[in-house]
Amino acid sequence: MAVISYIEAVTQALKEEMERDEDVFVMGEDVGKRGGVFQATKGLYEEFGEKRVIDTPLAESAIVGVGIGAAMYGLRPVAEMQFSDFMLPAANQIISEAAKTRYRSNNDWTVPLTIRAPYGGGVHGGLYHSQSMEAIFANVPGLKIVMPSTPYDVKGLLKASIRSNDPVIFFEHKRAYRLIKGEVPEGDYTLPIGKADIKREGNDVTVISYGLAVHFALQAAEKLAESGISTHILDLRTVYPLDREAVVNAAKKTGKVLLVTEDNKEGSVMSEVAATIAENCLFDLDAPIRRLAAPDAPSMPYAAPLEKQFLLSSEKLEQAIRDLAEY
Amino acid sequence: MQNRHHALGFSDQDVLNMYEIMLETRRFDERLWLLNRSGKIPFVVSGQGQEAAQVGAAFALNKEKDYVAPYYRDYGFVLAWGMTLREMMLNNFAKAEDPNSAGRQMPGHFSYRKLRMLTHSSPVTTQNPHAVGVALAAKLKGDDIVSFVTFGEGSSNQGDFHEACNFAGVHKLPVIFLCENNHYAISVGLKHQLSCEHVSDRAKGYGMFGKTFDGNDPLAAYAAVKEAADRAHRGEGPSLLEANFYRLTPHTSDDNDMTYRTKAEVDEAKKHDGVLTFAAYLRELNILTADKEKEMEERIKKEIDDATDYAEKAPFADQDSVLRYVYEERD
Ligand SMILES: Cc1ncc(C[n+]2csc(CCOP(=O)(O)OP(=O)(O)O)c2C)c(N)n1
Ligand SMILES: [Mg+2]
Repeated sequence: MAVISYIEAVTQALKEEMERDEDVFVMGEDVGKRGGVFQATKGLYEEFGEKRVIDTPLAESAIVGVGIGAAMYGLRPVAEMQFSDFMLPAANQIISEAAKTRYRSNNDWTVPLTIRAPYGGGVHGGLYHSQSMEAIFANVPGLKIVMPSTPYDVKGLLKASIRSNDPVIFFEHKRAYRLIKGEVPEGDYTLPIGKADIKREGNDVTVISYGLAVHFALQAAEKLAESGISTHILDLRTVYPLDREAVVNAAKKTGKVLLVTEDNKEGSVMSEVAATIAENCLFDLDAPIRRLAAPDAPSMPYAAPLEKQFLLSSEKLEQAIRDLAEY
Repeated sequence: MQNRHHALGFSDQDVLNMYEIMLETRRFDERLWLLNRSGKIPFVVSGQGQEAAQVGAAFALNKEKDYVAPYYRDYGFVLAWGMTLREMMLNNFAKAEDPNSAGRQMPGHFSYRKLRMLTHSSPVTTQNPHAVGVALAAKLKGDDIVSFVTFGEGSSNQGDFHEACNFAGVHKLPVIFLCENNHYAISVGLKHQLSCEHVSDRAKGYGMFGKTFDGNDPLAAYAAVKEAADRAHRGEGPSLLEANFYRLTPHTSDDNDMTYRTKAEVDEAKKHDGVLTFAAYLRELNILTADKEKEMEERIKKEIDDATDYAEKAPFADQDSVLRYVYEERD
């Protein structure tokens, strides 16, 4: 199996899906000749031409809204939001339109649209190139929100998203793009949307997370193993709708749960995970649920030390897991 | 009176059919208000005063191929497009059999995939980019169709209106944007909505064809939409059309328009009501005779009675159905 980067997995999935199905096309800002500001669509313009790799005007609501129309016509558009921070102008199209089309037409119309959006901090992006936007969309039935952590998951889940007959927001961690590498099969495969994945088996403390933070958890777990602390790691992969069964099982497994998100703590996806555990695991817990997240300040500052203060790290996770183990 | 329809290729029977749909729409709309005021349906959004342009526009499009995204006042358009009176009444009674949404949405939020009619929502002008997306998809597939979308003049201030126009202009897509300018957005008049004279003036900014026409005249609407459709088929891109008329009813059944406009103003507008003026045109040319008119009114009343009766008796959707169709269901 080839070892490729997180972003190469994105490109590979797009390329293979476009080869497989001529109804798949890509649209967004700078996705054409430039191959995307992060190079996620690199080479697609050359291979598939300007008809299927469309540089749109700089207008997010139109990118999503036009994508919805094309999806209703029967195509499978993949719309790129250049940064997830800039998808708010499209929020009305996502929440009022894409999410509700099937429901409001009583199953008559559907929107097989994938919205890709790079998110997350650690790239010196300042307030508006670092945010996690999932919580805004994670209470909107009709949407699915996928946030993979590894290249293997990226490829399998992006393919599944493109083939989904419902709208999917596919958040890609931009710091992971080149930092994270992993083995990815060359051929075709998909992974199920809505299913969490155990990334490490353990007995003392459960960490539930998603995205880049999963890697911090894995690194911390390695370290902690040396001091005899065994960590169980559940990667949500899909943050909405939640794989509640997997969450409950993971919580019961150790009875001590640390919930980790790079998003602001209040009202994050992890708040819902915590509620799910509280509702289902009263007699299985040996410690209060703990959350490790970004502070409740508006967004990540630009200056390096301030950014660092905001961000998660394997050290921060190691400390939090150790505290919980010792509870 | 000069015959204006022969030059457009319409027979006398064609224009009579056109008028009949306009009249049918008006009588249907009037019935909705009666049903609302008698407590049988909770809400009415009305298209009175806008029928002429709506029906004329529908006649200029291809009912077998084109895609349409009508907005909430388009009863005349959807009736001309193929939705039945029964279906429209089921929609207003919010019954399970309503093809638009099975009672999920408020009335007038049209949707009918069989008729290539996109699903409409409440936040205004969200349908405009959808219509553009349809046109983009059709172009990708090499399908020769037109994508038609309507909206109000107040709504032409929304970002989605401008984003959609610009996208369609840049990609030269076969879209017809029809602004139904009834001179009010709830209580706010045109002067407080736009600082250009015509909504269609905005076309220039998007590199597209723009035209304003008399919305009380179905033939003018037909001619304008036909011209825009021909342009679209020739690959000349989108058009922004504007029908000028007047909203004859309050905004909805929950509105009291006498708090912001005068009866004298409404009465003056009623003199130009397209349903009346087109009838006068047809009478003068002896196409609409007293007998025909009587026959028409009787048939329409019977059909609306039937539709009302049917819709009133029809069942609501099962309460458990609120959980259905959030996502694709596979068995
Ligand atoms: C985004 C949004 N804002 C406000 C409303 C409430 N609203 C419904 S209709 C309307 C006026 C629309 O006026 P216009 O576009 O001229 O259409 P008309 O109703 O006159 O046909 C308003 C303000 C809405 N539906 N959507
Ligand atoms: Mg208006």
